[in-house]
Amino acid sequence: MQESPKYWKGIEELENSPEFLHNALSEFGTLPVKESHPSTDDTVAPRRDFLKLMGFGLAAATLASCEAPVRKAIPYLNKPEEVDPGIANFYASTYFNGQDYNSVLIKTREGRPIKVEGNPESPVTRGGLSARGQASLLNLYDQARLQSFAINGKPADKDQVDQEIRTKLAGVTGRIAIVSPTIISPTTKRVIAEFAGRYANTEHVMYDAVSQSGLLRANGGVVPGYDFSKAAVIVSLAADFLGTWVSPVEYASQYIVNRKVSSSKKTMSRHFQFEPNMSLTGANADVRVAVKPSEIGKVALALYNGIVGGGAASSYRNAQLTKAINELKAAGNRALVVSGSNDVAVQTLVTAINAALGNTGTTINPAAPSYVRQGDDARMARLVADMKAGQVGAVIFYHANPAYDHPLAADVKQALQNKNLLSISFNEKMDETTSLCQYQCPDHNWMESWNDFEPRRGALSLSQPVITPLFKTRQAQESLLVWAGNPNTYYNYLRNNWRGVLGGNFQAGWDKAVHDGVAAGTLSPAPATQIAPVISADQAAGEIAAAKPGSGIELALYEKVGVGNGSHANNPWLQELPDPVSKATWGNYVSVSRAMAKEQEWEQGDVIRVTANGKSVELPVLIQPGQAQGSVGIAIGYGREKAGKVGDKVGSNAYPLAQLRNGAIVYNVPVTLEKTDASQPIAQTQTHHTIMDRKPVVQEATLAQYIKDSKSVTEYDKISTPEGLEKPNKVSLWQDYEYKNHHWAMAIDLNSCIGCGSCVLGCQVENNIPVVGKQEVINRREMHWLRIDRYYSSDTHKDSFETEGKLATYALMEDPSDNPQVIFQPMLCQHCNHAPCETVCPVLATTHSTEGLNQMTYNRCVGTRYCANNCPYKVRRFNWFSYYSNEKFETVNGHMFTDLGRMVLNPDVTVRARGVIEKCSFCVQRIQLGKLEAKKQKRRPVDGEVVTACAQSCPTQAIVFGDLKDPNSRVSQIWRREDGERGFKVLDAINTQPNITYLTKIRNTDVSNFFAPEAEHAAKAEPHNA
Amino acid sequence: MSSFRLRPFSHWLLALFLTFTAVGQVAAQDAATVSKEGVTPGATAGAAPAAAAGGAAPAGDAAAISAGDALFKGNCAQCHAINDVVVGPALAGIDQRRPLPWLIKWIQNSSKMVASGDEYAVKIFNEYQKQQMPSFALSDEEVTSIIAYIKAESSKPATAAVGGDDRGAEGKPSGEVAEGSAAGAGKYVNVVLIVLIVVLIVLVVTLVIIANIMRDVLRGRKDLDGRDVEMIDQKTDWMAILKSGWFKGIVGTLFVLVVLYESIQGLMAIGLQQGYQPSQPIAFSHKLHAGEHQINCAYCHTSVYKSKSANIPSANICMNCHSQIKTTSPEIKKIYRAIQRNQPIQWVRVHNLPDLAYFNHSQHTQVGGIECQTCHGPIQNMDVVYQYSALTMGWCINCHRETPLNTKGNGYYDNLVKLHDKANAGAPFTVSSNGGTECSKCHY
Repeated sequence: MQESPKYWKGIEELENSPEFLHNALSEFGTLPVKESHPSTDDTVAPRRDFLKLMGFGLAAATLASCEAPVRKAIPYLNKPEEVDPGIANFYASTYFNGQDYNSVLIKTREGRPIKVEGNPESPVTRGGLSARGQASLLNLYDQARLQSFAINGKPADKDQVDQEIRTKLAGVTGRIAIVSPTIISPTTKRVIAEFAGRYANTEHVMYDAVSQSGLLRANGGVVPGYDFSKAAVIVSLAADFLGTWVSPVEYASQYIVNRKVSSSKKTMSRHFQFEPNMSLTGANADVRVAVKPSEIGKVALALYNGIVGGGAASSYRNAQLTKAINELKAAGNRALVVSGSNDVAVQTLVTAINAALGNTGTTINPAAPSYVRQGDDARMARLVADMKAGQVGAVIFYHANPAYDHPLAADVKQALQNKNLLSISFNEKMDETTSLCQYQCPDHNWMESWNDFEPRRGALSLSQPVITPLFKTRQAQESLLVWAGNPNTYYNYLRNNWRGVLGGNFQAGWDKAVHDGVAAGTLSPAPATQIAPVISADQAAGEIAAAKPGSGIELALYEKVGVGNGSHANNPWLQELPDPVSKATWGNYVSVSRAMAKEQEWEQGDVIRVTANGKSVELPVLIQPGQAQGSVGIAIGYGREKAGKVGDKVGSNAYPLAQLRNGAIVYNVPVTLEKTDASQPIAQTQTHHTIMDRKPVVQEATLAQYIKDSKSVTEYDKISTPEGLEKPNKVSLWQDYEYKNHHWAMAIDLNSCIGCGSCVLGCQVENNIPVVGKQEVINRREMHWLRIDRYYSSDTHKDSFETEGKLATYALMEDPSDNPQVIFQPMLCQHCNHAPCETVCPVLATTHSTEGLNQMTYNRCVGTRYCANNCPYKVRRFNWFSYYSNEKFETVNGHMFTDLGRMVLNPDVTVRARGVIEKCSFCVQRIQLGKLEAKKQKRRPVDGEVVTACAQSCPTQAIVFGDLKDPNSRVSQIWRREDGERGFKVLDAINTQPNITYLTKIRNTDVSNFFAPEAEHAAKAEPHNA
Repeated sequence: MSSFRLRPFSHWLLALFLTFTAVGQVAAQDAATVSKEGVTPGATAGAAPAAAAGGAAPAGDAAAISAGDALFKGNCAQCHAINDVVVGPALAGIDQRRPLPWLIKWIQNSSKMVASGDEYAVKIFNEYQKQQMPSFALSDEEVTSIIAYIKAESSKPATAAVGGDDRGAEGKPSGEVAEGSAAGAGKYVNVVLIVLIVVLIVLVVTLVIIANIMRDVLRGRKDLDGRDVEMIDQKTDWMAILKSGWFKGIVGTLFVLVVLYESIQGLMAIGLQQGYQPSQPIAFSHKLHAGEHQINCAYCHTSVYKSKSANIPSANICMNCHSQIKTTSPEIKKIYRAIQRNQPIQWVRVHNLPDLAYFNHSQHTQVGGIECQTCHGPIQNMDVVYQYSALTMGWCINCHRETPLNTKGNGYYDNLVKLHDKANAGAPFTVSSNGGTECSKCHY
């Protein structure tokens, strides 16, 4: 029998709060009757005024039209050969800012970048792109960027700055320190080395805001070359490798290889996750166990004892852990254990476990270690201490912002007050650190620069400028070269450095590398052959066993998929990207378990004071199912002081709560919590779009069931007809459309979707979707055309009807699971063939096309919103405001207000006016372009040529778009193959006949309610699925 | 007798009716000519292969010559003529002056030849003010066909000296003929109408004359009784007609109708810029360039066949020729000044589509095979460009409804044409029958 877990969208639904009920019943919530343009007035506009205004408007329009405005057409003076107005050019480049590495293609129109897409040529990211990578585009056009060199914040001439700095550097006493996050550019490192050659006492200190120095120390200074695609069993100890840990895009594309199933491949990897906060990775795990942060070490130790043996006894016991140990052993060298801990002892054990399993050479490639984390906490801590002690003569901040993102930020700030310390910043913005520096020498944005990257040994990539520098900035490497007295440009320097790797004809090889964006080869020194462990496994085991069990409540700091470590805080797209799990935007919060909230009598939004080692932050409470008992979670990256208009004062800064212990930053600290009187709403997109009942919306089954009978995993709705039960589409009021040319359709594999949000941002960038800000999200008026619905499950199922009775079962189903299963479902316009919206539009603004698209015509729309009311999927969005001109949105949507920011807009997509409905168009502009290219070449479009922005940006290829009229297209193959197996339409029974097919999620669990810790429960349910 | 009595009035009414009809016809005729004239392929249609020139050439070469003609006009004619020195030398007899392999090499990359020190190449280069001939990515066959065309042109009889003018003269009538045939049906109807009107007027005049004669004859007769005399002598009482209710009614109704019609037209025309003819910063004449010199549109509007935008030419394109030609003209000097000051020329945009409408040139030119003149009007006759078409949605939709798709030889449409023909035998496969009038084809 089909397991049918009861899903609830959030705590509000579970509790049936009055607000939830109110919102569930109305699509738009409370209408903004009183809201008008702030500059006019705040009275209710009566009907007569409306008529008067109408009359006046007509007269004004008539008068205005007497003289049409003169519009200019300004051509190039000297047109670049490769630029044709109206045709997009793509340039291969690389995005890396110390967090996730992305090999990308940058789409430019008339010389300005308008979109970033994944580079399929890259062996590392394989065409995937993170949400941050997508959004990094807007940083180029950020008003907050420093526009010229400056001395103490006052704009100054470049030459003057150079001269002063060179004089001061020559006369400096004490060390010169270059502080940066991880740099993976071999040539930049050479430049720094050259600089160090000129100024002998120079030291380069790298530190990562979210440090992995424990991992690095346990593995000889590199991140091991993990390959999740080869792993059959994955055990992650609080490593959010799909969302934020080390190189999520790379790992996600590997991970998904073994997660996709079809009737011809009925195998899946098994993924165990032990973690305190409900992370994106935990949400995707087959088995997730919530553990307190301080117990992660004990879990590692228990694993070590189970697999290697011989360590000190671990106090941690868990049935799932035993299972994980057995499965890891059974999988042998096809297993992988990773840990997000920054404790070298834990990481040493993990390394030992992997070695014992024989993973080296299979799931860990020793020849291709990853270089994307190189930060050394101990060196940075020492430097800060030396700076404070006055032993440092000069410090150069190269994209590092320790005055914000380091636990010793206060010390850094204090040290920078010292006038004898020469302080220089290359940072692009006047951030917390830069504003304290004497010299501001802003670097080019990465889209304006040449650079090289080696994220993984043997995989090189390049970045190239795609736009003329917008401001009077200079590439940091060039600044270093100038100060070192090297007259070479960085471009030449880079080319010279590459002469060694590109064999044969250098120019041809270089051209190819620039064109492809990637090249094979290495520019990094050979890794040490024998890695001497910092501490032995026995030592590590002893250390962990000796650690006192955590008492009281522990805090686990974490990074968000959107804002990350905070360097992107001024990016409104990322601020408004809902957190994959909590669906919260604009700010951080304290995530607490339901039990804790109940016990402490906290309600969501109550502000509490979190205190650790003498520092405290005040943040609202968010009730997060899956949060480990006795722990709370807070995201770092918020509470910026000097990020810019968008990012300042959003949330609170949690970095000070981290601690330095034994030369490593510890992100898990014991805290005390205290309720304040304040309350602060959290802008969640969670319960805004209620979709009737859950069951016909998302479907899931276990792998065991799928293997047994692939036709039984999906439940299909049937309706009663005189001939008996039939498929809903057998009965219809409407005539069917006939598609002769194309029939565009989509398939979304719920098994492959990890919920990362890359598609949401891809859609936002492609379609000029405005940012609405925190208050409007609270008012439930966010504009994203594509959202990712996240559903939690409950432990109880309908199969308890007989034993427990219906009512009792329903009551139990309402009871929250402490550790729920999670499903992600991208939800966008379903382009129904029998679309309910089309039939209710009084002005035919939404109609059906001969290619299966549900078209939305903005210039016809009069804003009745009938369509949104009638849409069962709630994917239509109404423009309540002129987001591009209403000053209310100038802060959050500022890029639509200035000439600089507007350069980011896609010129092929209309910026919607106030008062019209908008929604997903299946990227009709891309469809039209693809068709036109095919027509020009006198052929039919090839599958894969026309791809929507969401499908394009998906790092796991969960979204497949194509033409159903092409029998060989991937989408029609999936539709055919999965019909009757995993393919289902959302709300099939209402017979809207969507053009999007979802594929049932398959979990590799023994029982569907696998999270239950009791062993006997599992035993009871096992025969059921065996 | 009563019918006889009413005659003068019925005449008047008929005359009034005819006048209105005639006026209406003239107006309709104007509209018809405006909307249809554009469809003519103009004299500048360089992209379309011109008719094979010179019957003297052997039949096998005809294709090569015709291909060469198109290539010559597309690539060479900006700087070369057969018998005149333009920017580069006259090309008559070039096949005798230089061997073919040399010519192929020269055309494909002249600067390389000059650099290699080829004696003749250097001589030519110096002779023509060291003006470099651009490289052309033409295949050997294409160059050969151009040479074949030049050969055919230069071997034309003694009139060759005026050949260029001749061609120009020929070009125009042929354009007009095409114009005539396209608008032929409409004009034919018009002629018939005019003849009918003339006949009617003659009829009316004749009838009036006959009536007068008959009246005179009757007056001469003495045997008429009083009633008859009264009838003969009666005068039309114009004042009574003017004051009569029915007259006032008609005039009033007509007035209201005209005012209503005009105000609706006026309202509909809000935002319309048909006929908009702003003065441009540089007095560039399309008539001179596209009309007289027959420069292919795509020579300057470089992306018209490949992009949504046709591309207003950048100054460097002007400089291809005007670094040599008319260098002293004050208008050309404006371009030099722009280049010196590094300030692009700010042309005034003539064709302004609203932002909500997406339009793609290449869709229409490259795929649809539509001539520029279809929408832009007789651009080759415009000294100052004006907006020829209404550019309203109705105008777009109308064309999409009427125009058959250019499906010939395009693999994209093969199956669609089959399906269409099966379903609607005989009905043309228009743009709209392929979904060309759907909203999201232009609005997104």
